[in-house]
Amino acid sequence: MGGIARWKLILVIGVFALAAYYLWPTYQYYYRLTPEERRNAKELRGKIIHMGLDLQGGMHVVLEADLSQIPPDQAKDAIDRVVEILRNRVDQFGVSEPVIQKQGNDRIIVDLAGVQSESDVRELIGKTARLEFRLCASSTVASQVVDRLDRELVARGAVADSADTHPFSSKMAVAYQAQYGVPVGAFVRDADIPAVNALIEQAKQGGFAPVEADLFWESEERTIGENKGKVLHFVNKTVEMSGDMVASAERRFDLDYEQPNAPGVSMTFSNRGATRFAQITKANVGNHLAIVLDNVVRSAPVIREAIRGGRASITGSMNDQEALILATVLRAGALPVDVKIAEERTVGPSLGNDSVQASLKAGMWAIIATVAFMVVWYKGSGLLAVVAMFLQIVLLFAGLSALNGTLTVPGIAGIILTIGMAVDANVLIYERIREELRNKKTVRAAIDAGYTRAFVTIFDSNLTTLIAALVLFQYGTGPIRGFAVTLSIGLVANMLSAVLVTRMVFDFITSRRRLETLSI
Amino acid sequence: MQLLVNPNFDFMGKRNLALAVSGIATLIAIGSLIAHGGPRLSVDFTGGTFVEMRFDRPVEAAQLRAAMDGIGLAASEIQKVGDDNDYIFRFKAEDVAQKSQQYLESEIADPSGLIEYAVQKQLPEVKATMRRQETVGPKIGGELRNRATQAVVVALILMLVYIGFRFPGIAFAVCAVVALFHDVLLTLGVFSILNKEVSLTVLAALLTIAGYSINDTIVVYDRIREEMKARKREPLVQVVNRAVNLTLSRTMLTGLTTIFALFALFFVGGSVIHDFAFAMLIGVLWGTYSSVFVASALVVTWELVRQRRETSRASSKGQRAATVKTA
Repeated sequence: MGGIARWKLILVIGVFALAAYYLWPTYQYYYRLTPEERRNAKELRGKIIHMGLDLQGGMHVVLEADLSQIPPDQAKDAIDRVVEILRNRVDQFGVSEPVIQKQGNDRIIVDLAGVQSESDVRELIGKTARLEFRLCASSTVASQVVDRLDRELVARGAVADSADTHPFSSKMAVAYQAQYGVPVGAFVRDADIPAVNALIEQAKQGGFAPVEADLFWESEERTIGENKGKVLHFVNKTVEMSGDMVASAERRFDLDYEQPNAPGVSMTFSNRGATRFAQITKANVGNHLAIVLDNVVRSAPVIREAIRGGRASITGSMNDQEALILATVLRAGALPVDVKIAEERTVGPSLGNDSVQASLKAGMWAIIATVAFMVVWYKGSGLLAVVAMFLQIVLLFAGLSALNGTLTVPGIAGIILTIGMAVDANVLIYERIREELRNKKTVRAAIDAGYTRAFVTIFDSNLTTLIAALVLFQYGTGPIRGFAVTLSIGLVANMLSAVLVTRMVFDFITSRRRLETLSI
Repeated sequence: MQLLVNPNFDFMGKRNLALAVSGIATLIAIGSLIAHGGPRLSVDFTGGTFVEMRFDRPVEAAQLRAAMDGIGLAASEIQKVGDDNDYIFRFKAEDVAQKSQQYLESEIADPSGLIEYAVQKQLPEVKATMRRQETVGPKIGGELRNRATQAVVVALILMLVYIGFRFPGIAFAVCAVVALFHDVLLTLGVFSILNKEVSLTVLAALLTIAGYSINDTIVVYDRIREEMKARKREPLVQVVNRAVNLTLSRTMLTGLTTIFALFALFFVGGSVIHDFAFAMLIGVLWGTYSSVFVASALVVTWELVRQRRETSRASSKGQRAATVKTA
């Protein structure tokens, strides 16, 4: 093949062979494997283009850990444990391909694809799952707490109505009498709950929070007489036993005698846990034992006798799905620190699917318009530019595959935009060739001059766009990075296919015959 | 096919008119931005909750607002998007957290769950499904805002440095960046006038516009540089005019193919990418205009002012020398 420098030919063939090599796993994964096989193709997954959460539907959650609760030197360990526990929870719940990683000092990113119910996932990863067994305070202590809160609130003028001498206790509609006559809490009507919460918050802020006991709500919604409401429990500060002594937990439907088939969670204690539980129950027969989960009392049954079986259960105020989640998080263990959702981006499966369809459609129209335009405008040479454009798209996908990149909606926009801009290099070259031809140069000389002169411009302009793309990559997140990646690869591929490959074709043609005219 | 064979328009002769048009457009954009208290930032930057829901039958925004009021959850915006009974909702994150606790007994905020709950209560025959949902905490919103500012500043500096390095004299670099500012500012201005939101995706579009604008400007500048070398004796206005005319068909062609691609994205690319495509369209139109009428025109004005100043300085020096002599 005279006329083409051998190194160019080798370079181009090498690049496209490499492209085919990198694209093969992606092709295999999406077109050759059944969904079942895909799930098991762990190794292949490291070599393919992934679909972004915005295309396949899914959740991107950034959790922020509250590190103020623990000493600074334990922070790193705590975050590592959080990651590990979250991974356990998510794995057990059966979400495929989860991505869980640390970000910075106090953040954890959780990316989950194809989520069925996003509120379930929020429960699953957002719950601290701090399980505690605590004794309920005696009625004497409970009334002390209430009296003192009343007095302090009035003394500090924290009450709007100065005549109100019992701001706190007046909200307690009924002293909730459990069986055996031991008061374990106070019933508060639904309407009063926000006010009570506000008063407790005020006490905390003002530094006169109860020291004798903690005030926790019960999860169950109760009806007493005509009123709906919840029970406020007075629970001892001492934690008798905590969730780390739970060996396993499972969802069951046979735990509540009064409500057969109601979902609940049955826990089995470790050996140490079983011994401890027996001790506690033996020493406190007649008292109420509160099962507290994340500062909410799940139940506060009375202890009738020492319990030696090493089991306990949580029932009531949960549906099937919630019971399953609760069992999962109890098994995986409590998070060492509280976390809260600092950022969440969720795309439902319907939108993801629509985005794929819409992107394909937009891409198709962009290609049709560009092809038609180039062929009408530049005829034969235009067709060559179109071939170069397709090669560029192939290279772009190969590059993405090699980087094990992720295709996002903005990323596809980047590709479609590159289709429009891809022909820019060829337009620059062709316009220059036309100009040289008008100046009565021979075809060969015009092609030569066209490429040489246009190259400087192409290089300059691609480099500045590359600067913008790299900055976007550096400062962007998630989908935006996807856009920066496709744009950058597109620009590099553009230099290769639009400049090098088309030049080779021109050189090949002109070396074989003397062209008098050029189809341009 | 060729439409513009050897075009010879006197672009630079109209440069004052063009600069006036750009100046007025820029003032309008700045005016709108000031009137609206800056660009309207999305939840990405302000923090908050954004939900897009699809309803299985036609509903009115007013009905949805009534439903949300029914549970006391104030939505700062409820707006229909597209043709498929899709609505977007915007809430304050803390409101959602509080109402989730009250109505869903969930410690964790669940905005789409709340909408489903409210709609089911008030419009039981309508079924709602979540399309997408974005919640950004105030801290992360602030961080994203900072990073966006940094990104824009760093991109501008890098481009300024590159052009300063590639082209002779500071005029080219400064004028190219002014043109870029012009394009980005006018795009922001159009968003502000239409009261559209600037999200992370729109920001990506703005930075891409910056890249495109510089790209387009460089093509013309490259030609100006080439023609300046080849025709040292010709007046600058003529040289720049020639360069602009020679690159004119390329400027139009690339602009057109890019706009084709953007039209495709805008009309059929889907709701997620709609605003991105819109911003890019505006930006590419202004970018094409500005490479000729701002970047090149400014370079001409800059150079002419500099030359005039030099000659006047030279002549005043000459005069002073003469006075010294006579004294």
